[in-house]
Amino acid sequence: MLFRPPAIRRSRRPATRGLPGLLLLLGCLALFLAAGAARAQEAGDLRPLVDALGQGGFDFDKTETAIGSLAETGDPRVVPALEALSEGDLYVRKADHAVFIGKRGGAGYQLTDPLTGEAAGEAARGAVDKIRVNNNLRRAIRTALGGLTLRSRDPAQRRAAVQSVFDAADPEALEPLEAALAAEKDPGIAELMREARARILLNTPSADAGDRLDAVETLRARGDRDALAALSGLVAAPDGKVDPALRAAAAKAAGAIKENLALWEAAQNVWYGLSLGSVLLLAAIGLAITFGVMGVINMAHGEMVMLGAYTTFVVQQAIRGWAPELFAWSLWIALPLAFLVSAAVGAAIERCVIRFLYGRPLETLLATWGLSLMLQQAVRTLFGPTNKEVGAPDWMSGATHVGGLLITYNRLYIVIFALLVFAALLVLLKRSAFGLQMRAVTQNRRMAASMGIRTPWTDMLTFALGSGIAGIAGVALSQIDNVSPNLGQGYIIDSFMVVVFGGVGNLWGTLVGAFTLGIVNKFLEPYAGAVLGKVLVLVFIILFIQKRPRGLFALKGRAVDQ
Amino acid sequence: MITAFLLRGLDRRALVFLAVLAAVAVVVPLLNLATPAGSGLHIPSYAVTLLGKYLCYALLALSVDLIWGFCGILSLGHGAFFALGGYAMGMYLMRQIGTRGVYGNPVLPDFMVFLNWKTLPWYWHGFDQFWFAAVMVLLVPGLLAFVFGWFAFRSRVTGVYLSIITQAMTFALLLAFFRNDMGFGGNNGLTDFKDILGFPIQDEGTRAGLFVATAVALGLGYLIASCVVRSKLGRVLVAVRDAESRTRFLGYRVEMYKLFVFTLSACMAGVAGALYVPQIGIINPSEFAPANSIEVVIWVAVGGRGTLIGAIIGAILVNFGKTWFTGVLPELWLFALGGLFVAVTLLLPKGIVGTATALWRGRRWRGPAATGEGTLAESGGDAEPPAAAPAAGPAAPERAS
Repeated sequence: MLFRPPAIRRSRRPATRGLPGLLLLLGCLALFLAAGAARAQEAGDLRPLVDALGQGGFDFDKTETAIGSLAETGDPRVVPALEALSEGDLYVRKADHAVFIGKRGGAGYQLTDPLTGEAAGEAARGAVDKIRVNNNLRRAIRTALGGLTLRSRDPAQRRAAVQSVFDAADPEALEPLEAALAAEKDPGIAELMREARARILLNTPSADAGDRLDAVETLRARGDRDALAALSGLVAAPDGKVDPALRAAAAKAAGAIKENLALWEAAQNVWYGLSLGSVLLLAAIGLAITFGVMGVINMAHGEMVMLGAYTTFVVQQAIRGWAPELFAWSLWIALPLAFLVSAAVGAAIERCVIRFLYGRPLETLLATWGLSLMLQQAVRTLFGPTNKEVGAPDWMSGATHVGGLLITYNRLYIVIFALLVFAALLVLLKRSAFGLQMRAVTQNRRMAASMGIRTPWTDMLTFALGSGIAGIAGVALSQIDNVSPNLGQGYIIDSFMVVVFGGVGNLWGTLVGAFTLGIVNKFLEPYAGAVLGKVLVLVFIILFIQKRPRGLFALKGRAVDQ
Repeated sequence: MITAFLLRGLDRRALVFLAVLAAVAVVVPLLNLATPAGSGLHIPSYAVTLLGKYLCYALLALSVDLIWGFCGILSLGHGAFFALGGYAMGMYLMRQIGTRGVYGNPVLPDFMVFLNWKTLPWYWHGFDQFWFAAVMVLLVPGLLAFVFGWFAFRSRVTGVYLSIITQAMTFALLLAFFRNDMGFGGNNGLTDFKDILGFPIQDEGTRAGLFVATAVALGLGYLIASCVVRSKLGRVLVAVRDAESRTRFLGYRVEMYKLFVFTLSACMAGVAGALYVPQIGIINPSEFAPANSIEVVIWVAVGGRGTLIGAIIGAILVNFGKTWFTGVLPELWLFALGGLFVAVTLLLPKGIVGTATALWRGRRWRGPAATGEGTLAESGGDAEPPAAAPAAGPAAPERAS
């Protein structure tokens, strides 16, 4: 119950079954009763009121009175006139003092009737006078429009109008708001209007005490930051101005909202953490194979990720050039290609360098570091040192709200993708012949060789697999990071941390390690700042390694020795 | 007694090296200061500074070689100790600026005035005294290394794991020093130095003096390292490198030996950093970058791991190459450096000095000194250099994990 979503969501809730008919009937009735009086005025009746705008000249007070009487009609038809006035597009014709909206065109102005929107011919430049406005008038117009657009036919416009009334919390807007509320048929917007009304009531000390208590309840139900601000304003008001009971109710409501918001914020942090964790998982999982399973330190792992990202870039360039209609599929096309490119480079590295260095992990580390420098420079020479633009297909962009959570699609897909890759790898290792051979070689190389496994071949394939997965990670990371020759460098230390923290030689450890580090990082960020949070995580891992030198999920048994 | 201890570290090679170093320390400043600018023998000031920089790097490489070559601890974070020593010196130089800064504040360095700080942070006190800064140059890196090593060695974090967490350490420091709140100048670091011990820092004479000081520090560092590796302690260190468990079973407290040499090495790196900063004129967080620390390791590997003189030669050679390449073919420098990493580990595992020594002795290199992680028993019979025996690697019965 604490995890109740803020009330905005409720507006999209469908009406309870069985009630719609009745609601409709009631709505129509309300419409007739409340709006009838105002709506009855014909365009002809409005005309003198609009023309009154032109009588003021330099007497701004007079114009303001005219705006006020227009606003009192509550008729949405006067909105264009007021908007034009605010923009400075309203003119009065000298001949008959009639008011028109004018647009500069031809020799003079194109006139349109402000009420009907019909063209009203042209006027020479000297035949019309611009109606002057100052800032004070503009404010008056905004207030008037706020009340008027509450009655607009377009629900989106009504929604925006309610929000601006809510934000302004001007007691003068109460009357038009209540009229609009009575006329409102959309239950969602009506709810918003009630909330706006509640906020105005809280702002009106003269209002009925019972109404104000109800208003506190309404705002509590809304439960977002705006409501919290309104309530806290009431709590912080000076003594003697607020009824103690009301203050207590407001304080309680504000406390409840705060608690709810804090929980949503925590949930959002968990989501950010999961998202970061999935990125770490993608970057680290290939490393978990080469480092964990093979015991090879591949400092060029980050460059495999970078190669994958650049493959995506090349694929997209090719698609843009030859088959733009395939763009939505570009990532799917890039996935296998990135795997192949990185795996091929990985296999070449294993054959040419690493196989001579088995059993000498520190030398492997140095040699692969050298390779990473060369790969970086090669990419820099080929593609230039600047960031490359990798586009996102439509289905990757956008976001959705789940309760108080904001979830962007690209992050969501990357979380899913990381888990899929993890699952696929797990199946490959546990269920396939290649996985079996790989595990056999890991556990006892000589015995595996005696059983007829070609261990050098397995070594190469394992390394290629780890590198290929890094390439796939590069495709995903190209969607959220800058594709530059330094892309891999940013991930290499983090991925090592994940693998070491999770425990070498254990894929589940990598999974848990990645998500733990991601979430811890994101939870520290609000308190310590992004950089200090990361420093704290690094210090934590350094200390953790002291405590458990083999990571969270250490291998047990004889395989551990050396 | 100390003199006797130091003298024991001298053999013919050390004597030759020290003689060459002394000659350089005398000749280079002389040629810079005493000869006219047009003369053929003149060494321009920038070259003196450049050579001084190389010597600082050589001292840093020496410190890495001491732990990696003789104790098997591959630290990928030694740049952190170097930079910490540099920051300690930088803080002293910063306080010496006084009212000559842009804002003219007698106490606060410019960046603090800029950040609207009112008082000097507590850890900046005392740095107006040279002796205090000099103590800190040794103490801060030493203390960090002691604490870090205390935890790491006691819980037997070894090999690759140690390398990775030292890398994490320097990365964490890199991030931390980038923050303005730390009070070390953030992104820009410390710069705009005016004078050191009252001598203007841009002056030719001061630069020559700094060069001599660096050469002396390098010579001292070499002597100390050489004594350490020749003492009984040094023998134990080599034993730890080659067979850590066996050494432990023989009753030696391995972690204490490692801790001692790690801390000593960090202090040496700190001194190198402290001499580096006044010559270069700036210290900023990029000195903490993990890539720098790894580069130091390759200097040692090129020169010859486990030969003190090799580390010095390697540092000077590689950095000379870097200066030359980045001037002539900047595009190719990373290819060259990367290729050097690969080539040295594959083809020249003993480095230049190690290989030369082996050739000098007129026989193939035997023994474990260069094969590093293998135990005595395993690699003792491996007469072939690894590059010539591709099958040897994967066929090794137990691979270090």
